[in-house]
Amino acid sequence: MRRILMSCLLAWLPLQAMAQALDAGVVVGNESALSIAIVPMPYQGSRTAPAHDVAKVIRDDLNQSGQFKSLDEAAITEKSLRGADVRFPEWKKLKQDFLVVGRIVDGVDGNFSIQYELMDVAKQQSLLSLSMPARASNVRRAAHQVADQIYEKILGVRGAFDTRIAYVTATGLGQGIEYRLMVADSDGFNPQTLVRSREPLLSPAWSPDGKRIAYVSFQKGSSAVYIVELATGVGATDPVSSAKGINGAPAFSPDGTKLALTLSKSGNPEIYIMDIASRSLKQVTTHFGIDTEAVWMPDGQSLLFTSDRGGKPQIYEVSASGGEAKRVSFSGEYNARATVSFDGKKIAMAQGAGNVYRIAVLDRSFGGSGRWQTISPGNLDESPSFAPNASMILYATKQGRRGVLYAVSADGRVRQRLVLSDGDVREPAWSPYR
Amino acid sequence: MKIQLKFALLLTAVLLSACNKKVKEETVNPNAGNTTSGQTNPGDQGSAIVEEGAFGSSDLDSNTCLRQRVVYFDYDQDMLKPEYQAIVACHAKYLRDRPAARMRLEGHADERGTREYNMALGERRGNGVNAAFSANAADTGRIEVVSSGEERPVCLDSDESCWSQNRRVEISYSVK
Repeated sequence: MRRILMSCLLAWLPLQAMAQALDAGVVVGNESALSIAIVPMPYQGSRTAPAHDVAKVIRDDLNQSGQFKSLDEAAITEKSLRGADVRFPEWKKLKQDFLVVGRIVDGVDGNFSIQYELMDVAKQQSLLSLSMPARASNVRRAAHQVADQIYEKILGVRGAFDTRIAYVTATGLGQGIEYRLMVADSDGFNPQTLVRSREPLLSPAWSPDGKRIAYVSFQKGSSAVYIVELATGVGATDPVSSAKGINGAPAFSPDGTKLALTLSKSGNPEIYIMDIASRSLKQVTTHFGIDTEAVWMPDGQSLLFTSDRGGKPQIYEVSASGGEAKRVSFSGEYNARATVSFDGKKIAMAQGAGNVYRIAVLDRSFGGSGRWQTISPGNLDESPSFAPNASMILYATKQGRRGVLYAVSADGRVRQRLVLSDGDVREPAWSPYR
Repeated sequence: MKIQLKFALLLTAVLLSACNKKVKEETVNPNAGNTTSGQTNPGDQGSAIVEEGAFGSSDLDSNTCLRQRVVYFDYDQDMLKPEYQAIVACHAKYLRDRPAARMRLEGHADERGTREYNMALGERRGNGVNAAFSANAADTGRIEVVSSGEERPVCLDSDESCWSQNRRVEISYSVK
């Protein structure tokens, strides 16, 4: 009876009751982070003030990245609104490397405009002076875009704050359990339900254009792979793969035309590549071991996947056209579920032994068998997912009986928990750039 | 509500551990409960099955052996442990006795390790039990193997007492 098909779709209804946000506390600090003060940005227009504190959103974004340490709002005494009014000696005394001042004014069509200036305190000069249009309905998004501009101006790397995350929640127990495939802003705000199901959902994977998500659902009794369109919800009832056995671990190719997935229709889990338009399949691996969790290298030429062909699960690489697989992970007795940085240099994975599983990053840019770093401290850490600029990694872990998500800087030095007011959260996937 | 759910979970745990114990303590004759005497034969490991006295669908609820529907596995292992051979043997006999019956084997893993790998591990366990049915001359064409990986745990704590209950294959009948 619990298999009763109860899957349905919500057309992007915001869930007010499930207010979700990043935990305020940064778990571990980074001594070498750049100091930056984001001065409060008051609203100077004549309409209803924006619903969100823009300066705070920028402050939290930059903190979360691990590369910046933003000054507590309470410590900000000099509250200039324009670069020309800044008294630099005050900021030198507070040991700030950078300073952002700004204000919010009325824009066109009932929207706002964030007018801000980024200053280099040591050089006493302006680095950036821009106005960012902000839709009244989504001021947070404009604030994330400002944070991205600041991040890129200072570090020379594109920011990834104006991105989204997908994840799965489970609430209730037994007959009352409900799974949801959710999409939220990168900081956990603005959560939206994309798919609801009485049966398990897992393995969400973004299309490279950010418009579709492939995932696995048990709504038909056993596993099947679906591709749902975010704007319309189309695809959540009609699987793209429901072969006999396992249908799992979908991953879009970098050009978005193909889907790597795991099928066990041959009697054993193997990696296949599906041409999405025609749904034709090409088998990539052929081995009696378990082959699963394929991810594409950024050039689309090869795939990383998990295989226990050597006895224990390890990460292997195989050409997208098939052939012999090469082992990639040579440290740790259990390595699985790889995620690759945009430049292909770093591979994060769940690394374990016995009862302890943590997120490890293998940096292959050093040559040889690479350099390893463990970036999470938990016991059941899994499902790592790189931000599109590889500055951060999202992962899932367990606290008590509850699944929770963490965002950790790629160097492991700054970690924050993404909290959901109710239920169990797992399977995070960071979106591409918007 | 929460307390009720917790209680339900506890009850499931108790029932499961009770079920576990039964398997360890008594050796089951697959024909027990099917005959009028209902005697168990301690020497019978279920390998040599007496074909007299065919099972009927009501035996699924009354026969001591047929009522056992779960086999458990060691960590990251898919080998059927010897103590569960008897369960497979009596269900194999049921399949032989009832040519219309169809069985579903649902493989599960504990939460350790990644979800998709555990999906594969659950299937491997299901296949292992399926092979044991084949060895017991059951028609595996009527057995469906599915994997739920770690997605349907019976117990939610992160310790071995729970993990051992979650590493399992559940036997069910889609047609009795």
